[in-house]
Amino acid sequence: MDLYQELILEHSKRPHHAGLRDPFNAEVHHINPTCGDEITLRIQLSGEGRSAVIADLSYDALGCAISTASTSVLAEEVTGHSVEEALTTFAAMRTMLTSKGADEGDEDQIGDGVAFAGVSRYPARVKCALLGWTAFTDALARVGVDITATTAGNPIASDTTASTLAGKPLEIS
Amino acid sequence: MTEATLAGAFTPQESAAIRGDFAILSRSVRDGKPLVYLDSGATSHKPYQVLDAEREFYEQHNSAVHRGAHQLAEEATDAYESARATVARFIGAQTREVVFTKNATEALNLVAYAFSNAAAAGAMDGVDATLAARFALGEGDEIVITEMEHHANLVPWQELARRTGATLRWIGVTDDGRLDLGDLATVITDRTKIVAFTHVSNVLGTINPVAAVVERARAVGALTVMDACQSVPHLAVDVVDLGVDFLAFSGHKMLGPMGIGVLWGRYELLAAMPPFLTGGSMIEVVRMEGSTYAAPPQRFEAGVPMAAQAVGLAAACDYLTALGMPRVSAHEHALTEALLAGLAQRPWVRVIGPTDGQDHSGAVAFVVEGVHPHDVGQILDDAGVAVRVGHHCAWPLHRRMHVTATTRATFAAYNTLAEVDVLLSALDRVPATFGVAI
Repeated sequence: MDLYQELILEHSKRPHHAGLRDPFNAEVHHINPTCGDEITLRIQLSGEGRSAVIADLSYDALGCAISTASTSVLAEEVTGHSVEEALTTFAAMRTMLTSKGADEGDEDQIGDGVAFAGVSRYPARVKCALLGWTAFTDALARVGVDITATTAGNPIASDTTASTLAGKPLEIS
Repeated sequence: MTEATLAGAFTPQESAAIRGDFAILSRSVRDGKPLVYLDSGATSHKPYQVLDAEREFYEQHNSAVHRGAHQLAEEATDAYESARATVARFIGAQTREVVFTKNATEALNLVAYAFSNAAAAGAMDGVDATLAARFALGEGDEIVITEMEHHANLVPWQELARRTGATLRWIGVTDDGRLDLGDLATVITDRTKIVAFTHVSNVLGTINPVAAVVERARAVGALTVMDACQSVPHLAVDVVDLGVDFLAFSGHKMLGPMGIGVLWGRYELLAAMPPFLTGGSMIEVVRMEGSTYAAPPQRFEAGVPMAAQAVGLAAACDYLTALGMPRVSAHEHALTEALLAGLAQRPWVRVIGPTDGQDHSGAVAFVVEGVHPHDVGQILDDAGVAVRVGHHCAWPLHRRMHVTATTRATFAAYNTLAEVDVLLSALDRVPATFGVAI
């Protein structure tokens, strides 16, 4: 099968930039309600607005090989880059992942992200691959970046709300 | 279960004949691999007898049930009510105690809402005071569930507690995936008004000790609500023998159509309950100032009912009856034993829940150490094996068993020992694929 590329397995076994670090401007916690996978993600920016640079992206994730590897690639592709570039990378990644196999991905744009081209043929796994990326754009939104242009039409945007609710334990005895 | 253990599993010839009734089992998946469907716990396939019954209804009798006086209306109503009688017989119930719902989730919500709707002014007018008191729920009262519930028999009770001020409590689960009966006496008390529990765990396959739970609930005067979604399709179920007050199950998990579920309830309880969904069909007299309601089961069946699905569900009951529920249980038990034995030979696999066949229905959940269940499921899928991955709508149970998710295989009458072997062979590809030491 073409899903588990060597690059994906490598990233999932040794995720880059893993661990939670200080300082950070925003921290988010996202959950995939269908499988219970979770990620806590922090970002630290230097500068303002879309030209700000992502000085650090750190995370603690519990998930499958696809989601773990995708978050690792996310960290690798956006750290040290501007918010503008990161959102462009996110858009390219999402377009590829939701293309049902039509978009092979551009290595110049998404780097190791091209290894995930096969994921787009498994609709049930697209959400796994986007977990970290969705958390990342949510973190950007929380520090005031306007992400609407990039996330418009995001097929999993609604899940963000569901995730937040699912993460809140009910107070019952 | 004595009958089940005496009766044998299906012979290869019987299995072949059964499989011939399910068109979908002859299709291939993932580039030509024969489908090995081990996800019947999520939804089962439907034999042509069920599909034909629905088709015949639409081709010959289609009409809105309980409306109109033309011939088709009479036939449709007769088909719908005959289906109710068949379903009732299948679970040892009286016909008037069977309510058709959209699914089991709606059936459980119907019961939960009876308690909070009973608090409305006038809702229990004319109901015997002792009976009405059983549906009165407020602060100081307690609702008891278990830690192994499917969300469908968990969230409605959380919400009922929130609406009424009652307290939600639960019976724990032991490390080996069984109800912690030590909790019975301490959790179910004089304050308990409802005990809602599953007959069979949809994740672990655990068959729960119904008699012990019911005895304790009765001793304190609590009403019992059973989620039978994973038992009615697989075990001979008799509501009188079980001794519960309400029982819910879905059609689509028992070879029947999607879009239909069943609530069974003791008639005097149904008769005391206020309606849940309101509208046409469920009324007695409607005036602009207010309305009165029909007797059960119609009181709980607002709107034009799903007659074709009811007819299909009755055909599924007939199909299972013809196979013989003791044979179905025995067959699925043999498959469960074979899978558990195969997994036991693989020390890198850990079964979550009971590891033996004792009181274990046809669901087996497991994890491969070091590999996420989604990834395990993907490797199985690549071999044509359909299993479920995730928390299977039982998130608290997974948390209790200290796992995020599991891979789950579930059986139905149409599965075979050969399919268990395909699953095990495919599973053997997992450690190498993900570089896990075995």
